[in-house]
Amino acid sequence: MTEKKTGFQPNLAGRKRNGRIMARLFLASTIFAILCLGALLFSIFNQTAGYVLVEYAASEADVLPAQDDGNPKHLESLEKVELLALIDENLGARRKKALDIEKPLDTRTDKELRDLIIAEVLQPKVIRTWLFFESILGRAHIFEWAAENAPEGTLTFRWWLSPAFLTASQSSDALYAGVRSAIIGSLMTIALTILVAFPIGLGAAIWLEEYAKANRINGIIKTNIYNLSGVPSIIYGMLGLGIFVRALEPFTSGALFGVTGGDAAGNGRTVLSAGLTLALLILPTIIINAQEAIRAVPRSLRESGYALGATKWQVIFHHVLPSSMDRILTGTVLAVSRGIGETAPLVLVGAATFLTRDPTSIFSRFTTLPIQIYQWTARPQAEFKNIAAAAILILMVLLLSLNSVAIILRNEFRSRKRG
Amino acid sequence: MNAQSKTVDLSGKKRPGEALIVIFLIFAAGVSILTTAGIVFILGKESLPFFREVSLLEFFTKPRWQPQIHDFGILPLFTATFMTSLVAMIIALPAGLASAVYLSEYAPDKVRSVIKPVLEVLAGIPSVVYGFFALQTVTPILHNLFGSERVDIYNTLSAGLVMGILILPLISSMCEDALSSVPKSLREGAYALGATKLEVSTNIVIPAALSGISAAFIVGLSRAVGETMIVALAAGAGPALTLNPFKAAETMTGHIVRISGGDLSYDSIDYNSLFAIGLLLFVITLGLNILSRRLVKKYQEVYE
Repeated sequence: MTEKKTGFQPNLAGRKRNGRIMARLFLASTIFAILCLGALLFSIFNQTAGYVLVEYAASEADVLPAQDDGNPKHLESLEKVELLALIDENLGARRKKALDIEKPLDTRTDKELRDLIIAEVLQPKVIRTWLFFESILGRAHIFEWAAENAPEGTLTFRWWLSPAFLTASQSSDALYAGVRSAIIGSLMTIALTILVAFPIGLGAAIWLEEYAKANRINGIIKTNIYNLSGVPSIIYGMLGLGIFVRALEPFTSGALFGVTGGDAAGNGRTVLSAGLTLALLILPTIIINAQEAIRAVPRSLRESGYALGATKWQVIFHHVLPSSMDRILTGTVLAVSRGIGETAPLVLVGAATFLTRDPTSIFSRFTTLPIQIYQWTARPQAEFKNIAAAAILILMVLLLSLNSVAIILRNEFRSRKRG
Repeated sequence: MNAQSKTVDLSGKKRPGEALIVIFLIFAAGVSILTTAGIVFILGKESLPFFREVSLLEFFTKPRWQPQIHDFGILPLFTATFMTSLVAMIIALPAGLASAVYLSEYAPDKVRSVIKPVLEVLAGIPSVVYGFFALQTVTPILHNLFGSERVDIYNTLSAGLVMGILILPLISSMCEDALSSVPKSLREGAYALGATKLEVSTNIVIPAALSGISAAFIVGLSRAVGETMIVALAAGAGPALTLNPFKAAETMTGHIVRISGGDLSYDSIDYNSLFAIGLLLFVITLGLNILSRRLVKKYQEVYE
């Protein structure tokens, strides 16, 4: 300490002023974080709706059969017969013949026929899209621009996040693309991840907290878990690629279980590989949280169990776990939420760039919501950013509902504990 | 654990099924060791063929990464990682520490109970969403500020800024843990000598929590180095040796994701080169994490 610092400092007003300024600065940093969150949510919402200017070779109203209310039916709702009739009406004889040679039209799936109609009949071309607030505030300008630059185009206000978007399968056209396959893929992957990671994570935590003696091996295990929790997720992707996709291919592709053929054969790049990779990724977080929860259970509780003649496992199962389960579950949900949003490891494990069929089993090829968001955001066309934003909203809702489930479960376990 | 082994084992006689359960528990604990072994094995095995063809010297010193013409110098990828991490840390360090000081020393309980969950939400948003935000919102803002002829569509500045926002909550919460573990008596001693609140925070509390704070910084840095989706979307899609934050440049993680997302044949040198980058990434982040754990242990030993 220098003389000046220990001595009497008379400038109290100045010191207090400094204090006030810095206090505001500290508060401002905190508010900065909150503003960032606001800006992020705003920017995403802003892109999920707005005017879109489309030019069709043939407009939907002309081609598609009318509904009762006069509007054209949605393409997704048409039956195969209607689709075939549509193609029959709108395509020339030579083109039809050429397509028939490629693959007979009546053997094609509904999905293939729909894509064909979009590509060959409607041929939509998005000229420009506008953001939500642009569309609300600058409506007149948008109509002017449209009339000037594309008088033939149709200008419609579009909610990119719509029921059709939720239920439609993948498409190379942003106007008709949907997230059904991605949602199914995400749910299947994460369900598998939970099934694998939760029992193993909890088991490891019980071992380390209740059974393990304080020796070197267990010390190494503990340090190792902490180090694993800091390994970048992309490294887990490389692990998944090396072990699950390649080394264990007969197992993860389903060949070992006699699953073969068609889209099912993912060559190891399957839901199973993705789920296992994510399970390894979130395992350290689950273990660390569960360890903390188990450690917080008072020793007296265990001893009263032993006093009644319970075995070690009985004490753990009937006393320690029930009274720590609320915190274990909270930690697990945090870890699982991280898993749902992971993208990089799944790109490495081989998420499909385009799926023609929904995943049906754990041996199917897969895509997930974050993968879909990544692929759409990376496309240069503006309309793909809009559907990426819509997919982000769905992902956020999924995360939010998962967290609400956690809160409900936690309260349930807490009230049981008290009761 | 020590206390437990000293006391008498009170538990009842084991039932037959319990041995099986214990075996499962041991297996569960062993999975983490297997994971580490798996990571080291895969990274080593797949990058070995690469290092047979490309010497370490070439790998670290060549200024170009162009697999087409067999140029494998990590420098351009490394400088891009360095730039994005640097920008991220310039944002996240001061803001994270300042908000931690606010939350730990200044904020009333009510305010803290509102702000902490908001920070947790920020930390829970998937990184691909931040990538979207960087590309769609932050980059256009940079264009307006600096002119679109100076700022590329993909640039390390935008990716770094958004990465800073991603890391901010992590650094803030780790710093706050460190600050709040400083005993109250230290603060009260300083108050008794007539220090103002700011002086207590900056001259007493922060120095006392320094090891914890530096641990937070190092963990943040390790997150920044390993962060993938933001840089894959916003930083650029081609290796470029530049320290200009307005220019596009591909980071180590970004390169791995872009190449592995395309059609890549196994057992080619391109494929093996990804694992070589992965190995370097693993070594860097592991080193940073071990360092931060040491620092955390230090402050735990002092005050607990």
